Amino acid sequence: MANPLVVEYLPILIFLGIAVVIAGAAVGASFLVASQKPDSEKVSAYECGFEPFDDARSKFDVRFYLVAILFIIFDLEVAFLFPWAISLGDIGLFGFWSMVVFLGVLTIGFIYEWKKGALEWE
Amino acid sequence: MIVQSLAFYLFAAILVASAVMVIAARNPVHSVLFLILAFFNAAGLFVLIGAEFVAMILVIVYVGAVAVLFLFVVMMLDINFRELRSGALQYLPVGITVGLVLLVELALVLGTWVIVPDLAAVSGAPTPAPDQINNTHALGLLIYTHYAYLFQAAGLILLIAMIGAIVLTLRSREGVRRQNISAQVSRRRDQVVAIRKVPTRGGV
Amino acid sequence: MTEFPVLTPALPEIFMALSAITLLMLGVFRGDGDTRLISYLTVGVEVVAAVLVLTGSGVREVTFSNLFVMDSFGAFMKVLVLMGSALSVLVSINYIEREQMKRIEFPVLMLLATLGMMMMVSANDLISLYVGLELQSLALYVLAAFRRDHAKSSEAGLKYFVLGALSSGMLLYGASLVYGFAGTTNFSVLADLFAGHGQQAGHTSIGLIAGLTFVAAGLAFKISAVPFHMWTPDVYEGAPTPVTAFFAVAPKVAAIALFVRLLIEPFGSMVDQWRQIIYFTALASMVLGSFAAIGQTNIKRLMAYSSIGHIGFALVGLAAGTELGVRGVMFYMAIYIFMNIGTFGIILCMRQNGRMVEEITDLAGLSKTHPMLALAMLIFMFSMAGIPPAAGFFAKLFVFQAAIQAHLYSLAILGVLASVVGAFYYLRIIKVMYFDEPVEPLDRNISGEMTLVIAGTSLFTLLFFFFPSPLLNGAAAAAASLFAG
Repeated sequence: MANPLVVEYLPILIFLGIAVVIAGAAVGASFLVASQKPDSEKVSAYECGFEPFDDARSKFDVRFYLVAILFIIFDLEVAFLFPWAISLGDIGLFGFWSMVVFLGVLTIGFIYEWKKGALEWE
Repeated sequence: MIVQSLAFYLFAAILVASAVMVIAARNPVHSVLFLILAFFNAAGLFVLIGAEFVAMILVIVYVGAVAVLFLFVVMMLDINFRELRSGALQYLPVGITVGLVLLVELALVLGTWVIVPDLAAVSGAPTPAPDQINNTHALGLLIYTHYAYLFQAAGLILLIAMIGAIVLTLRSREGVRRQNISAQVSRRRDQVVAIRKVPTRGGV
Repeated sequence: MTEFPVLTPALPEIFMALSAITLLMLGVFRGDGDTRLISYLTVGVEVVAAVLVLTGSGVREVTFSNLFVMDSFGAFMKVLVLMGSALSVLVSINYIEREQMKRIEFPVLMLLATLGMMMMVSANDLISLYVGLELQSLALYVLAAFRRDHAKSSEAGLKYFVLGALSSGMLLYGASLVYGFAGTTNFSVLADLFAGHGQQAGHTSIGLIAGLTFVAAGLAFKISAVPFHMWTPDVYEGAPTPVTAFFAVAPKVAAIALFVRLLIEPFGSMVDQWRQIIYFTALASMVLGSFAAIGQTNIKRLMAYSSIGHIGFALVGLAAGTELGVRGVMFYMAIYIFMNIGTFGIILCMRQNGRMVEEITDLAGLSKTHPMLALAMLIFMFSMAGIPPAAGFFAKLFVFQAAIQAHLYSLAILGVLASVVGAFYYLRIIKVMYFDEPVEPLDRNISGEMTLVIAGTSLFTLLFFFFPSPLLNGAAAAAASLFAG
């Protein structure tokens, strides 16, 4: 009595399983088989001054953050469009105008952003 | 059926393990990556209970956008997390106690689970059976009409989020030369070029 | 399913939303130079919204699929919220110009926060409660951190945000428990359910009580009642002063309204369960508000503790759980916003050589340098301490009367004792103003709006004694509407 919806997702589960096995095999094999012989020259700093092993973090400009957060807002807005598009035939004129008003509010936000210059990089 | 239960335990176990790693990982970037793993597994759990729209939104919004934002913030802040976390272990007993109390409370609550007898009658918007109508469609039937008020309020919340982000982070820099295409294209020769007679040995 | 909902009960809210959007557009196209114009328009919009609220039918109306309710309780509280917000915008105009905060978003965010508060007051469902609360909170977080170049303001915004998010989480957890056990989030349905359920089973399930407790804890955060008050002094001190004035009035009125509606309407038949929570919170807030304020030297921190104490007094009325108690709460909040806005107006006038000062000692000798300002402060301090004939005395009188009628004698007696302790620090300010020698006089230039606000609120506080009936009758009718529905 498995839920028919869940059965539809079985191929994805299988795909995930295969992906994990292949990725695990690749990482595991290189870990087991590859020869690693570190010495002091290999792990010390390069002549140019860079460290061979370093943290992947590097500092970002705050402007990236602004772009990202503005993106999230429109991302959420688009997420609301999916159920609306599917059910538009059943929800009638009210459902249609409901979304138009919602989009209108966010368009106001968009005009605000544009006018403020938040979308420009300089 | 057995595959479904197996998948549940697999997703749940990875979810809990990666949630632990989010707070236990030494490198904050790894924490964010574990968070993404946790989101994916939560999406898997949502699919198992039939809430596929929520599962997809979790992947699109949380993994696609929120986690990226987290990464930005982690990278933006120049904080030595190791130093910040050095004292955290001393709060462990308190944290565990609070967690245990909450767990016991939850157990007590679940132990006396009495669902109101006429549940289906009171429910404002009963859930349709999944084989009659798909999840996303069922949500679409409710959000834009039955819950229109909340939908519009959500729109206003997003508007405030936009205003807030701009108010708090946007700075106009001085002395930056911007391109202004229309001004540049529409300017005429006589506005910008002047022909002067330069006298010999006089200079301009 | 697809018919359009009736919009008339929500007319003030719709008007506010449209105006906020219009003002945002107007402001962004005219630039920050026109902030003063936008501020005046914001005040105008709030006045019109208050008129729209008052001209409503006064009958209980439900719309938007039962998510939104409008009744005379809501109307009373909305007018209070709008009044508090409009006065805060008025006192902010000069401050934001002086302190380089002149940006058009400031009044617009205040307007949007006020809209969220009105939606909270009118919530008839746990979901609309939460959405209104978030709309309000999000705007308030931004306002607290509005002075982004000041470390204290950013700190206030961050602290408020983190603790606010925590409280929202608790509230949502509680709401989900209620939904899980009752099967609905709608206030009307919940009320019917509990009324019937209580008679049938004779007890209510632990799950529901746990849910109610979490929701109450979440709301106690928002009204900064003890033991969820710890963010208040830091946020009040760090936020720009007009924002602090706004925090101290409008959101508190809205959250108290929400609290009252939630406990009286859906959970009305569980009064024995929630009375203990409110009893403890009220008592703890009164005591902490009185004792912790004694050692304060910064007047904004002092006002934070004072507001914690006032919330405690207002909750005494709610603990009674009767119509008289609710009337007392509404009445208390009405008096509270007038005396608080007035006091913050005076704090905003505290400038020496053009910069703001916030220490209590800076008020020394105010009676000699600014006799009228000192007189107004005297009235507000008397009122806050609850000394007759100032309005604050009647506010306290009504809540204690309600508590005694509900046989909460111990709460009333302890409350009176707490207010005696509280009177100490209010009177100390008067002593500093009237009997200490001035060190450095405060600046003289006080703007027209500020004079108007301070004079108006102080006259109201002083002369309320002569014309108490309009406010009292309004509160009585509003409280009755809550119990009838």
